[in-house]
Amino acid sequence: MSAAPILQVSDLGKRFGGFVALADVELDVGRGERLGLIGPNGSGKSTLVNCLCGTLRNESGSVIFDGRALDGMKAHQRTRLGLSRTFQLPRPFGTLTLAENLRIPILYAVHTRLGGGGADIDRRCMALLEMVGLAEKAARLPKDLTQIEMRKLELARAMAAEPRLLIADEAMAGLSHQEVDDILALLVRLNEEQGITIILIEHIMRAVLSFSQRLVVLVAGRKIADGAPRDVVRQDDVVAAYLGS
Amino acid sequence: MKNSIFVLWLIVAALLTYVCARLVDNAYCYFAGYVVLQYIALATAWNILGGYTGYVNFGIPAFIALGAYSSVVLHKLTNLPLIVMMLIGGIVSGLVGVGTGYLTLRLRGTFFSIATLAMAVVMQTLVTNWAFVGGSRGAYIIRPATVPYLGIDYIQYLFLMMLGLCVLTVGVARAIEKSRLGYGFATIRDDELAAEASGVPTLRLKLIATGLSGGFMGMVGAPLPYYVTYLDPASAFSLSYAVNTIAMPLIGGTSSWLGPILGAILLGTLQQVATVTISSAWSLLIVGVMLVVFVVAAPKGIIGWFWK
Repeated sequence: MSAAPILQVSDLGKRFGGFVALADVELDVGRGERLGLIGPNGSGKSTLVNCLCGTLRNESGSVIFDGRALDGMKAHQRTRLGLSRTFQLPRPFGTLTLAENLRIPILYAVHTRLGGGGADIDRRCMALLEMVGLAEKAARLPKDLTQIEMRKLELARAMAAEPRLLIADEAMAGLSHQEVDDILALLVRLNEEQGITIILIEHIMRAVLSFSQRLVVLVAGRKIADGAPRDVVRQDDVVAAYLGS
Repeated sequence: MKNSIFVLWLIVAALLTYVCARLVDNAYCYFAGYVVLQYIALATAWNILGGYTGYVNFGIPAFIALGAYSSVVLHKLTNLPLIVMMLIGGIVSGLVGVGTGYLTLRLRGTFFSIATLAMAVVMQTLVTNWAFVGGSRGAYIIRPATVPYLGIDYIQYLFLMMLGLCVLTVGVARAIEKSRLGYGFATIRDDELAAEASGVPTLRLKLIATGLSGGFMGMVGAPLPYYVTYLDPASAFSLSYAVNTIAMPLIGGTSSWLGPILGAILLGTLQQVATVTISSAWSLLIVGVMLVVFVVAAPKGIIGWFWK
């Protein structure tokens, strides 16, 4: 394992008009790490993800992924480099079947990066669908899926791009206890078996604490804590941010 | 079916169409047939952007007129064969399509559609004030009575050219549909943000779609001055082109190459029959009524009845 972090964020800032969404955010993520990112609603978690993935442009600071500066790079270029994400609300391609949904990142991210023919695409799509337990529905449209299946499809599509860093943005919101455990087990497996670095953004504390090796807390666009999960959640300012001082 | 075999079938269908027209042996058959074929090519071209990527382009008359006026300019300056004029008209329209796309594709939904409509108005104003191509008075094109080497009437030649263009546009549209490009277009239609996150270069793909769509529309427009023999801005930029071209894929179905063809044949033929039997003024009424009927009875068009 290389010592250099896979993701280095320094002095990241983002404004929406007069509203400061992110200010001076510093964050290093090590290779193969499982990082939890928490914060109250409106603390800037999704804005940070959007700035990392190129959906939004950060006004200040820089993002370095695997030694390459991402500033000014478009979202699809970042995905091709190996930085993949899921959306808070699943955004499947509604007119394409599940298998075709997974075909897109393979065609546009993996093959552009590594080259490759079309023969093994179907096999790869099916393997991914099997991984998330959706193989039987390969020919169905996303509208036929339940909420958890939709989230699994979202994860499988992010995985289809063969990322080195996966950002799961509230992949478990609205799911039952058992469903949260299913997704968590899947994420841990991806991390341990394939060595994918994962940033998990989540409100469900039980999930974050059992998943994360390190926890970062954002409040009002600023990072207020960074460390071992059990220590971070006991910090006074973190407790105050969630429960009031 | 492989694309090459599909194109062979298309050529066979085109030849059969020509043979049928020859059997009827009536010049009007070519005049009326030309219009239907023109709409097959136009509806297919529009569908590459409107149906595959979901960007509704109202600026169709601008692209047709660009092709048509390119031919007027070339007719005045050169002695090029029609097929070369069609290619040049296509290139000019395609380039304008890419340029317009670059300026307007950051807009979405109705905002994009209004921008394309505005582009058509700007183009019409420019052409109306350009004396070299006749300005508001229009331009007369004297077409030859027969075509050298082939020895057929010029209208037959135009009919054949449009048949060839139909084969080209439908062949390209069908090849795109299940290709890497086609999948990319579909993701733009479904969710652009998710498409970018999946590695799809959305802006580049949209520019390819506007370039192809605009280019084919320009190619359709290029023979127009020879068909009408008198071209003025009001008819070249007629809004009825836009209404018909959008209505046809909507009636036939936008999700497949077949939809625009079905819509164009159905609507185009009905309009031609109405023009002869009742009045040309009925054309737009037919489009309006058909659109309302299909929006209610078949929101996914005719092909939606058969393919779920």
